[in-house]
Amino acid sequence: MVIYGVALLAFCYLVGQVVGEYLGSWLGVEANVGGVGFAMLLLIVVNSWLEKQGKLDNLTQSGIQFWNQMYIPIIVAMASIQNVKLAVSSGAVALLAGALPVAVCYFMIPYLTKAFKPSTEQ
Amino acid sequence: MEILLKFLEKNGLVVAFLVVGLMILVADTVSKRLLNKKVPTPAVAIVFGLLLAYVGGTISGGEKGIADVKLFSGMGQLGGSMFRDFAIVSTAFGASILLMRKSGIVGAISLIIGIIVAFSVGLSVAWVMGYHDAVSLTTIGAGACTYIVGPVTGAAIGASSEVIALSIATGVVKATVVAIATPLLAKRIGLDNPHTAMVFGGIMGTNAGVMAGLAATDPKLVPYGALTATFYTGLGCLLCPSVFYLIIRTIV
Repeated sequence: MVIYGVALLAFCYLVGQVVGEYLGSWLGVEANVGGVGFAMLLLIVVNSWLEKQGKLDNLTQSGIQFWNQMYIPIIVAMASIQNVKLAVSSGAVALLAGALPVAVCYFMIPYLTKAFKPSTEQ
Repeated sequence: MEILLKFLEKNGLVVAFLVVGLMILVADTVSKRLLNKKVPTPAVAIVFGLLLAYVGGTISGGEKGIADVKLFSGMGQLGGSMFRDFAIVSTAFGASILLMRKSGIVGAISLIIGIIVAFSVGLSVAWVMGYHDAVSLTTIGAGACTYIVGPVTGAAIGASSEVIALSIATGVVKATVVAIATPLLAKRIGLDNPHTAMVFGGIMGTNAGVMAGLAATDPKLVPYGALTATFYTGLGCLLCPSVFYLIIRTIV
């Protein structure tokens, strides 16, 4: 059933996020540390385990796939609620301090990628 | 008219589904007919979103873009962090753990490098523009990491509210630049595989920017970038008000 997929996703999301919250508070920072990452890893692990057990039917999968497909629309909605006005009207310090690091980082990506190629490609 | 407005407000989330659907429909047409598919549909749609955010901010004077206009308040729910993170976790479905494991180390390295570069470049700009006290420098440098690291750091080390606002603005500029520039630069920086996507997520770190940028470039890369980017804000909040602040205080 579709709800099994959605519930499985909800389970992974909640467990991952709560781990991120606790990790953040344990480190003494007011932020979630890696919650989404933990949730993603958990989903991958649980997913492959269920697949081996043969317990992942098409409908269950489509419960997860739906949210996978909704990802871009949600990002579009997210873009529309950013404080773009502040960014545009905030003057030279914010514009430069925000944009320059990005430029430097873009420049570094090809070098970092090459320096640490995954082992199979060497 | 009043009844209709109230009705639409009450059903905000459903209105948002319709609005985003229409935006993507128009973006798809623009991408295919006007731009000859050179700019992918998600990229056009995200730029529409940012424009809408600007219009919303101008009309309402608020901080949440179009969501501050009552009729579109549902956009705040649909684009809020809960749905966003929920949908992002789902992208891991079908991602390869083998690829993630292979690029794990470079992901971690790029996180550290990304935070150091953003912090030091942001801080240098602030120095050149006339900020010379350790607290303001650290806060603006932290803002160059993400718009969450900035205010968290500023609050922790006692920055003025003006500087905290500036650090938020810096982070928002970063997210916006990453969202817009990534699909345009993707080819040049070799951003077409999971390995580079993990480096990219780690080094840029700004969640909204990384996710929007990757979605506009190639949705298949999203889970890999998101996996590393999700650690960035937390790590930034850990390093900026502590280690980095102490270093800056010693130097200044």
